[in-house]
Amino acid sequence: MPKRPLSRRTLLTGAAATATLPLAARVLSAEPPAVGITPELIAAAKKEGKVNWYSAMDLTMSEQYARAFEAKFPGITVKVERSGAERVFSRIDQEYASKIYNIDMVNTTDAAHPLAWKNNGWLEPFLTEDVAAHFPADHKNPDGLWATHRIVFSVMGYNTSLVKPEDAPKRYADLLDPKWMAKLVKAHPAYSGATLTATHAMVRELGWEYFEKIAKLKVLQVQSGVDPPKKIALGERAVMIDGADYLLLAAKDKGAPVEAVYAEEGAPIVNSPNALFKSAPNPNAARLILAWMYSAEGQAKLVEISGLYVPHSKVAAKSGRRPLSSIKIMRDDPEAMLTDADAIKARYAAIFKV
Amino acid sequence: MTDVTITDAPPSRRRAFDLSQPIMLLAVALLVVLIVLPIAWIAVYAFLDKSGAVTLGNFHKLFTDPTFLDPLITTLIIATSVGTLCCLIAAPMGWLVARSDMPARGLVRTLVTASFVTPPFLGAIAWELLAAPNSGLLNQAWRGLTGAPADEHIFNIYSLGGLIFVITCYTFPYVFVLVANALDRIPGELEDASAMLGASSRTTARRVTIPMALPAIVAGALIAFLQALNLFGSPAILAIPAGFHTLTTKIWSLFQFPPKPELAAAAALPLLVLTVLLLRAQAIVLGRRSYAVVGGKYGAPRPVPLGFFRWPALGLCLFLLMMPVFLPYGALFNAAFSKIPSQLVTWSTLSLQNVHFTFFELSQTGHVLKNTFLLGALSATLGTLLALVIAYLVARQSVRGHKLLGFLATAPIAMPGIVLGVGLFLAYTRPPLVLYGTLWILLIAYITIELPAAYQQLQSAFHAVHPELEEASRILGATRLRSLRDITAPLLRTGVIATWCFIFVAVVRELSAAVILFTSDTKVLSVLIFDLKESGDLGAIAVLGLVMLALTTIVILAANHIPGRSQADRLRANG
Repeated sequence: MPKRPLSRRTLLTGAAATATLPLAARVLSAEPPAVGITPELIAAAKKEGKVNWYSAMDLTMSEQYARAFEAKFPGITVKVERSGAERVFSRIDQEYASKIYNIDMVNTTDAAHPLAWKNNGWLEPFLTEDVAAHFPADHKNPDGLWATHRIVFSVMGYNTSLVKPEDAPKRYADLLDPKWMAKLVKAHPAYSGATLTATHAMVRELGWEYFEKIAKLKVLQVQSGVDPPKKIALGERAVMIDGADYLLLAAKDKGAPVEAVYAEEGAPIVNSPNALFKSAPNPNAARLILAWMYSAEGQAKLVEISGLYVPHSKVAAKSGRRPLSSIKIMRDDPEAMLTDADAIKARYAAIFKV
Repeated sequence: MTDVTITDAPPSRRRAFDLSQPIMLLAVALLVVLIVLPIAWIAVYAFLDKSGAVTLGNFHKLFTDPTFLDPLITTLIIATSVGTLCCLIAAPMGWLVARSDMPARGLVRTLVTASFVTPPFLGAIAWELLAAPNSGLLNQAWRGLTGAPADEHIFNIYSLGGLIFVITCYTFPYVFVLVANALDRIPGELEDASAMLGASSRTTARRVTIPMALPAIVAGALIAFLQALNLFGSPAILAIPAGFHTLTTKIWSLFQFPPKPELAAAAALPLLVLTVLLLRAQAIVLGRRSYAVVGGKYGAPRPVPLGFFRWPALGLCLFLLMMPVFLPYGALFNAAFSKIPSQLVTWSTLSLQNVHFTFFELSQTGHVLKNTFLLGALSATLGTLLALVIAYLVARQSVRGHKLLGFLATAPIAMPGIVLGVGLFLAYTRPPLVLYGTLWILLIAYITIELPAAYQQLQSAFHAVHPELEEASRILGATRLRSLRDITAPLLRTGVIATWCFIFVAVVRELSAAVILFTSDTKVLSVLIFDLKESGDLGAIAVLGLVMLALTTIVILAANHIPGRSQADRLRANG
């Protein structure tokens, strides 16, 4: 694999040159050359000295992860701009509309977002050796525009000191029982990408009637998908309808009285991709942090900090987590979400009044 | 800038050489841009559809679609309830402090000031910690005391009633200040006269004191109504989890993707119109009040002896002040130093984890604090300067058109923060002046929002300095510049410093315009706290909230310890 110094111009000419090489011809696609973490890249990144990461991952974990990167590559500061994926999307849109190019790279929990950005022509191809060699085909874009960084499940969950295991919901249908009146908490699909992804899948599998019934149960409506786990850990509500599994399990690891329930109908999967922006103000630092996040080391660090599932085939799930293969998955559909998202948000707001 | 205003020639040829006129024109032009531009864009957008064609469709949607109509009605219910409650609490409290011999009246005034400077959104978050139905500390305490089962509660802050309560906590000081000031000014002789004519103290209260305080109470009710109408933070924090919108949160939600600025503009117009109407009403009501204070110099009001009720009255005041001050501050302290915000911290569970996270791990803390300080100081400095120039021109009436200037400087008071935010967003996201994404747009927002209060404060400061003093100095041969420097400036010093502090504090706690106008790079403390709220990071919120409270408290203490300021001045500065 050719190791190239990674200024944007050399990358572009490099990509153009590789297109004529037998290597590129062999894969029969526009797949860019896979790159690793080279000394040149590190040097160029350190020259920039900083990177703006717009993240939809939990704030505390994002910051810890960023600090781990800073420790590995001293001299580069990561500024974490954390919000819900839909907020992040909105923010990037508003900033780009006003020609504010602040974002370097993103992690979103709405897999339709990279499709939208690709259509806008905002993304820069970037394929790392790890992604090329160790990521399953359904976790990467063939043109190198994005790849899954982490895998989240939207799960139900309950506070074990408020709900006995035998009374806990096992299926989504169980939540419609009137005994859950004023005891449920739920995240919002107009804020959280994970919740939008889950809502999209659940509408497909269970229909809007399901949400209409749920809305009658005086649900505590929070915004972020990372908040319901916090709310049930506090005991503010007994049961969460949706929310990020990794946070709930992290809270449980720390001793909070909570338990996660991967619904029998299937747990909505949320593939959470990273992408690099063409107009990134710190393109090399952005490439470096992306390459690190996709590397075995970066993926293992993520598992260590968060307990998330990761797509890297050489990195195992955190010990104690159930194997990914044992989870019955309610699949996502980014292509459909790209067209349906606004309608989903509008209908949801009409049903839940906010 | 002031130096330019005042350099001039001998009085006889003032018109010819005075720079006052051009400065005034400049000030008028600046105010027109500041105020008219955003409003004009709101008006234009409100009548456009998505494709840019002229339409009334936005208003039709606004007044027929239940997702707009419900928030409108909810907002009116909230504002009316808050206005009423504020009067019921603040009027008696204001009377106790201004006219009775209740002990520790100064303390009560200080605590009211403390509730006044607490950012309402921070109070709302603190009240979540206290009165969330299950995890709230008060509900836990109640269950602990009564042995009630885990799913029962006595307070539910996520409700219309809870929201009204929390807004009242941080709005009643407006009424208190107006009522206390009015009662401070009612001459004691009037009540004495009534007593001498044989009226009982009850009759005196009914026939003299209450009628004279009534205009202030009504004006206070209107101000409280307006505050509740235009508040964004508290409803965003308490109403949305409870499943309802107010008009301001609805406007804000219209800025989420896909943004619908034309609907936001249409929804902003009713707020603007209602605010203007209410301010007119308030001006009329307050105008009536002048009859009570016309006349010569009266003696200090005579405190009414409460007898046995002295201490119970103080007890009641302190109990009421637990709601906006003691309880929420306690909850924030608890959450800041606890690993689990819903658990009471003890020595063994005391943790600096949140403090460490906020200052050493949260990568936004540094630049957000920098932005906040910078904007606070810049807005305070430029805002005070601008208000000073305008107040001088208006107070000395040295140029034609000074009335227009005074009107323009007061006009932004009719602009709710969120409306101004929408207007500035529409005005400055397009050429020729793309300010969105810079600190400038926030600076403009802050100066515009705070100008009316700053101008009114400095205007009253100028009125207090009689022109005779300046004229005497001029007659003795001083230039206008010299007399300003030697006579006016020293006399205005405290007023200017107080105004600076006032703007600084107001900017630090402003949320509703900032939440529309910020970008990642221009985030301020209030917006960061709001962001953290949306992902439930209560520990970091508590720490940052305490930082904000410390910041504003220090500035207010500094302002209140400027030598030579009277109690009345202080209250005016806060009002």
